[in-house]
Amino acid sequence: MKEHRSQLFGVMGEFATPEQILSAAKKAREAGYKHITAYTPFPVEGLAHAIGFRWTAVPLLTLIGGLGGGLTGFGLQYWVAAITYPLNVGGRPLNSWPAFIPVTFELTVLGASIFAVVGMLALNKLPQPYHPVFNVERFAHASTDRFFLCIEARDPKFNLAETSRFLQSVAAEHVSEVKDDG
Amino acid sequence: MDAMSEHANEKELRVLQGAPQNASAADRGHEHEEHVADDTPREYTLDLATVREKLKEKSGKQYWRTLEELADDPHFQDLLHREFPRHASEWDDAVDRRDFLKLMGASLAFAGLAGCGRPDESHVVPYVKQPDGIVLGKPNFYATAVPFGADAVGVLVESHEGRPTKIEGNPDHPSSLGSTDALVQASILNLYDPDRAQTVLENDEIRSWSAFLDATQGLATSVKAQNGAGFRILTGTVTSPTLAWQLRKLLAQYPLAKWHQWEPAAGEGAREGAKLAFGRIVNTVYVPGKANVILSLDADFLASGPGHIAYAKQFARRRKLDGPNDTMNRLYVVEPTPTVTGSSADHRMPLKAGEIELFARALAGKLALSSPVPLSGEAATWLDAVAKDLQKERGASLVVAGEYQPPAVHALAHAINAALGNVGKTLYYSEPVEAEPTGNLESLRELCADMDAGKVDLLLILSGNPVYDAPHDFDFTSKLQRVPTAIHLSPYYDETSYYCHWHVSESHYLETWSDARAYDGTATIIQPLIAPLYYTRSAHDVVAAFSDKPGMPAYDAVRAYWTEASTHLDASIDAGWRKWLNDGVVHGTKFAPITPELKFSATSLPVFKPAPADQIEFIFRPDPNVHDGRFANNGWLQELPKPLTKLTWDNALLVSPKLAQKLDMAHKIASRGGEHGQVRSTVVDIALNGSKVTAATWTLPGQAENSVVLPLGYGRTRAGYTGSNKGFNAYVVRASNALWTASDGKITATGDEYPLACTQYHFHMEGRQILSTGTLAEYHKNPAFAHEGANAPAKDDSLYKEFEYKGYAWGMAIDLNKCNGCNACVVACQAENNIPVVGKDQVMRGREMHWIRIDRYYTHAQSATNDPSTYDASLDNPQTFFQPVPCQQCENAPCEQVCPVGATVHSAEGLNDMVYNRCVGTRYCSNNCPYKVRRFNFLRFQDWDTPQLKLLRNPEVTVRSRGVMEKCTYCVQRINNGRIEAEKQNRPIRDGEIVTACESACPAEAIVFGNANDPNSRVAKLKAQQRNYSLLGELNARPRTTYLAAVRNPNAGLEKA
Amino acid sequence: MSVTQPPMGAPEIRRLDPVLEPGHTYASVTDKIAAVVLTRPLGIGWLAGFTLTFSLVMLLFGSLAWLIVKGVGIWGINIPIGWGFAIVNFVWWIGIGHAGTLISAILFLLNQKWRTSINRFAEAMTLFAVACAGIFPLIHTGRPWMAYYMMPYPSTMGIWPQFRSPLIWDVFAVSTYGTVSLMFWFVGLLPDLATLRDRAKNRFQQLIYGALAMGWRGSAHHWHRYQSAYLLLAGLATPLVLSVHTVVSFDFAVAIVPGWHTTIFPPYFVAGAIYSGFAMVLTLAIPLRKAYGLEDFITMRHLDNMAKVMLATGLIVAYGYFVEFFMAFYSGNKFDVFLAQQRLHGPYAHYYYALILCNILTPQLLWFEKVRRNVAALFVMSLVINTGMWLERFVIVVISLTRDFVPSAWGRYQPTFWDISTFVGTLGLFVMLIFLFVRGLPAIAIAEMRELVAHESHSGGDHK
Repeated sequence: MKEHRSQLFGVMGEFATPEQILSAAKKAREAGYKHITAYTPFPVEGLAHAIGFRWTAVPLLTLIGGLGGGLTGFGLQYWVAAITYPLNVGGRPLNSWPAFIPVTFELTVLGASIFAVVGMLALNKLPQPYHPVFNVERFAHASTDRFFLCIEARDPKFNLAETSRFLQSVAAEHVSEVKDDG
Repeated sequence: MDAMSEHANEKELRVLQGAPQNASAADRGHEHEEHVADDTPREYTLDLATVREKLKEKSGKQYWRTLEELADDPHFQDLLHREFPRHASEWDDAVDRRDFLKLMGASLAFAGLAGCGRPDESHVVPYVKQPDGIVLGKPNFYATAVPFGADAVGVLVESHEGRPTKIEGNPDHPSSLGSTDALVQASILNLYDPDRAQTVLENDEIRSWSAFLDATQGLATSVKAQNGAGFRILTGTVTSPTLAWQLRKLLAQYPLAKWHQWEPAAGEGAREGAKLAFGRIVNTVYVPGKANVILSLDADFLASGPGHIAYAKQFARRRKLDGPNDTMNRLYVVEPTPTVTGSSADHRMPLKAGEIELFARALAGKLALSSPVPLSGEAATWLDAVAKDLQKERGASLVVAGEYQPPAVHALAHAINAALGNVGKTLYYSEPVEAEPTGNLESLRELCADMDAGKVDLLLILSGNPVYDAPHDFDFTSKLQRVPTAIHLSPYYDETSYYCHWHVSESHYLETWSDARAYDGTATIIQPLIAPLYYTRSAHDVVAAFSDKPGMPAYDAVRAYWTEASTHLDASIDAGWRKWLNDGVVHGTKFAPITPELKFSATSLPVFKPAPADQIEFIFRPDPNVHDGRFANNGWLQELPKPLTKLTWDNALLVSPKLAQKLDMAHKIASRGGEHGQVRSTVVDIALNGSKVTAATWTLPGQAENSVVLPLGYGRTRAGYTGSNKGFNAYVVRASNALWTASDGKITATGDEYPLACTQYHFHMEGRQILSTGTLAEYHKNPAFAHEGANAPAKDDSLYKEFEYKGYAWGMAIDLNKCNGCNACVVACQAENNIPVVGKDQVMRGREMHWIRIDRYYTHAQSATNDPSTYDASLDNPQTFFQPVPCQQCENAPCEQVCPVGATVHSAEGLNDMVYNRCVGTRYCSNNCPYKVRRFNFLRFQDWDTPQLKLLRNPEVTVRSRGVMEKCTYCVQRINNGRIEAEKQNRPIRDGEIVTACESACPAEAIVFGNANDPNSRVAKLKAQQRNYSLLGELNARPRTTYLAAVRNPNAGLEKA
Repeated sequence: MSVTQPPMGAPEIRRLDPVLEPGHTYASVTDKIAAVVLTRPLGIGWLAGFTLTFSLVMLLFGSLAWLIVKGVGIWGINIPIGWGFAIVNFVWWIGIGHAGTLISAILFLLNQKWRTSINRFAEAMTLFAVACAGIFPLIHTGRPWMAYYMMPYPSTMGIWPQFRSPLIWDVFAVSTYGTVSLMFWFVGLLPDLATLRDRAKNRFQQLIYGALAMGWRGSAHHWHRYQSAYLLLAGLATPLVLSVHTVVSFDFAVAIVPGWHTTIFPPYFVAGAIYSGFAMVLTLAIPLRKAYGLEDFITMRHLDNMAKVMLATGLIVAYGYFVEFFMAFYSGNKFDVFLAQQRLHGPYAHYYYALILCNILTPQLLWFEKVRRNVAALFVMSLVINTGMWLERFVIVVISLTRDFVPSAWGRYQPTFWDISTFVGTLGLFVMLIFLFVRGLPAIAIAEMRELVAHESHSGGDHK
């Protein structure tokens, strides 16, 4: 994400249960915050929706990968067997298309899978060794049993005091500033 | 080919041959001066210790004539660095240390021949300018002959830049008529055998030829003193006019000297029988082609004995069926043990060898030549039928007596043939082919007596191996040791050489000048194709050494004799010589027919009392592959499955199924290799003629019930790496009073088992359409009988569009009616295509490499294998058929479709090509090949190191290494040569212009190759016949190789219900 | 708590055990599973096991070295039996791999909660099995160093692989399968790697897991895309896993060898694969849960379900055997008929009867709940079934080849020392990798377990 002149990345509130963070996220949206992110140890139903994240390109990429793989697969075989180096193999036709199906299929699956995984990582901007939220001491629990809601400083409505108070108001157990010393 | 230029070439070639002693010849030319010193110490004695010393300090470039040079000797280097010392070594066994040392020792000995000088080497010039008549890369063919017993087979030898690589038949030669047999094909391997003796030895110390000459002259003068008393010469059968001439001259110089002959595997019957019948020795020449009915009295005339190739050809031509109206000849065979001839018979009756005479007498009786002799049981009915048939075909019938039958049988045969008016029609008589026909046994007996009596001071043994193959009761060995000086000429340092004071290494027939007579008397000049690879000499040289002209070259001897002899010929030597060499025959030397008057009546024979029927009879027969043992070190022949037993690498006591069951012998199919590899069989002790030998047993369907066969030629102890200690030595129990047939012996099981390498144990067709057979009657009724029950799909019921083969469509047709299973094609293929020998252990794992195999099936056999525990009567005398199986070159090749890398694909002419470079060796193709004709290099079978074997290779065929699949290619190299020739002359390839190796070798003309697209080609005509069918046609693989169903011509009178 | 249907239409059972023993919190599951990797000291048992399997791996390397030096002739193969142990082992290992993908993909799509605690190491098992399997097609060739000829690359000769050959299909199927399984596994691991990173006890662990976690933060956006990708992968892996063993079966079905050339092969190979795969999962799960006290997560419910899957697939396999025979006689093809009789009476009949005993008769015990709930019995049975499935491949590959079309060429096969050592070596490799895995990565998907906790703690039905 774009580098900020300010040392402050945002404020982070910590919650104990999926329900709390879900309602907190909803409230934050209602309060008009735009740049909200939630961090949870496992996918929480509806959370993405709550912070206004709907559409992802992963399925589309997968489709493209699959089609690409499949076409390459059959194309290669046809070109090899019938065009560039045609050979009489056991009296079988040059374009023995039924025999080309298995490889076509495998390459379809391969292409689709690679696009799905690599696409997912790329869209998530992974690998990403550094991120400001890691500066928060308690954030380590985000991968165990705690749920974090972060309102970013770049949010137009953001105001350190205001926002912190808002987070406490939605029953965050701790509220901590997120410093970006990157 | 011009003899002189040939003679010249042969010298020039030496540089190319890369044989060690020639390697440095060129350098020697210019650096000669500074190495004069090295020339002098010729009589170096070979002391391993010093050699090792020298080897330690060895450094820098040295020369061949000094012992230091050993380390440069390729043999020696090989053997040091080589993991598997011989092409036939047993591959994945750990290297046997003892073998290794043995070989190192041997190689040191080879190297030691450094000691001897060669006078003519100064003439060696490098191969700088192309000699006329040689186009590099194009083979030349030279006519010569392979002397063998009382016959010589004329051959054309293919030579690549001076290296003989392949033997083809000589169409102009009566014994060959263009074909060869397995032994002739394999004989070229002996030339390159690394185990050959390579130099002259005196008491195991290397001597130069000149030293030998000095010694012989010394000996000569001393025997001369007493007119040659005490001088004895022992030879095998001699058909070389020149050698005979030289020997006679020698005997003239030494009036009291004697010439003895001993040929262990040649029968006396013919000679003595002729004496009995005509009062003199005559040579019988058969013309089976003219006979409509043939009776063989234990004669294997299609596969062994003088003229068998020509006989097989004539016979097969009478088995040819072009249409439903054709007829065939009919062959009856009575024999104790199944032979190739017996297997092609229309009627075969197993009969103890000892009862054949009774049968012959009975036949004579039937023909009113003597008082009737009663026969019992099957034999009686059989006899009636045969007699009737023979009489019906008077003048067009033939009775052949077996080489190993007693004189009486031969005499009877002569009488019967005379009575049937066959003489002059289906056979004729001529002067004997042997230069000096002698009773071998008596001759040897006399020699032994003399040696025993100390009457022999000097014994000259010209080839032959009496210590190994003389009758054991002669005790030749101990007697030989009483001879002050024994000289042995032989290609190997063998059992006999070991006991002789001098050993002279004998040249191969491709290395020396000589001559030989064919079975009909036709002489051939044997011309060398290559200078001797080692310091070897021919019999001519050795005989000359004792004459007044020591050192006279063989070439001069041959010229001298023919200068004399040609006075009786139409052409003088100068006029004829070149033509003789070119044609491979000396014109006008064929013996004219004679008509000796028959001084014999069957009634004059003493009464015959056959041995009791239940008494076990032991008969001795030469092995079909190693013959009398002379081919023991020939890997090709050792690994060649014997025609009927399909055994390799061993001989075994052949026993009839019934007897085997009685003596409860067993065959156990080993789980490694199984039916296509390893069978463990009972081991027995054979006590016979006061001697004893231990042998593995083999049950052979069709063997006469109480007759057992001891094949000769195995159990060699000094044959060489390949041949030593294989099988058992039958000579050990062979006595002079029972050379061929012995009785009152004992067989007792030792309780041991011995693994035998058998390439086809399962002989039942399991009701599959593999080898279709029928009778002539059936054929006349329904010429398409081969297609009954076969449901090969029609060409058009396929979803695919067919590939079109415009232009040439190579195809092969194999006439099962002609094939007699003689194996010539198998060895020919091995020679042509650089096929490796894998050794017994690998054969037992089912990994032999032959590109064409000959399957042997017994029709009407109930049991699937000849395991004695599953005995049934159908095995007593089954009908035997052979089927050569090369790659079928399927148009819808199952192998090609499954190859992941496209290493086997189809050519535009329909060949199923193997691309060795591309093959990764998944073996999927072999799994998917319904005919299992593909062969895989499981290990590094090919010998890449032995220099001699490199000379042998056919440069036109890739030498395959480990990990690739290989198979028959229809000799694609020959196809391409033909194509090149045709394109040069801008014409299509003619039918018959391209001949595959198997086709050209086949004496029966059973294999025909050609362009199936050309309706006038021989192959197309055969394929058009109704007898033509595809192997397993129902699989729709569309083989290009098709078969013509076998048809037998049984006598309706003998048809079993 | 949720009532999930047992898979594969096995009969409904009265009482359902939980897929997760009650009383667990996000933290507790995380601690318990992560501890195995991060804190638990190396036990004597682990060390002993690792040493043993490591030495077997050395045996494998030794055998391979000798193979390269001498050639495939050191094995028992010959003409006509061109394929022996190598291919038998290949098919066997590939088959075992299938359960992993099946559990993680198909059961995921079928939304079977009980898969959660076993899918991780089932997938690991898949990977390791595929690794073992992959060795064989390579080394069984006569010239392994030329194996790259099977890859489509623009060579100077302009030649390409021959795409009509099932072996080429294999190359693509197996490599695709390997790649996809790896990705699937890694994607599943990602959040857990983050967990390990955050709980790392030392710098080293932190670096390793940190690098592998790629900076995963568990943000809602991540999770959203993650779930979408995971679902798609599952969707893709499902047909893939079915296709792989289908293609493997083509190696035989496409050939004309009697005993190979039959259309029942694809379904019955796949069923067989799952059969052996689940057997192997049990073989691994039972000791694992005992050794690391994971009974709470891998409950009787799991074992019971897996037993049912084995029973079901076992019956399909039995049907396959029956159809093979039926078709042989129904078609009247004399070669097939002959082969069928050979299986019953031929020299290798005892293998066939052993196979029937292991694969058809023994599993019938699984009809009884008592047996399904007896851990020891299940363990033994899983071993028996794996043996049986190996025998099945031996019967198909070898016995068919010993008796094909031309009787004169019939032969027999006997493995050599090197055949066996190579096989045992891959067994060692497989188990060694498992040993490394359980101590290096969470053997149970932690993040998914947390989901399960969340799910179990609310009596809300299935999520989504």
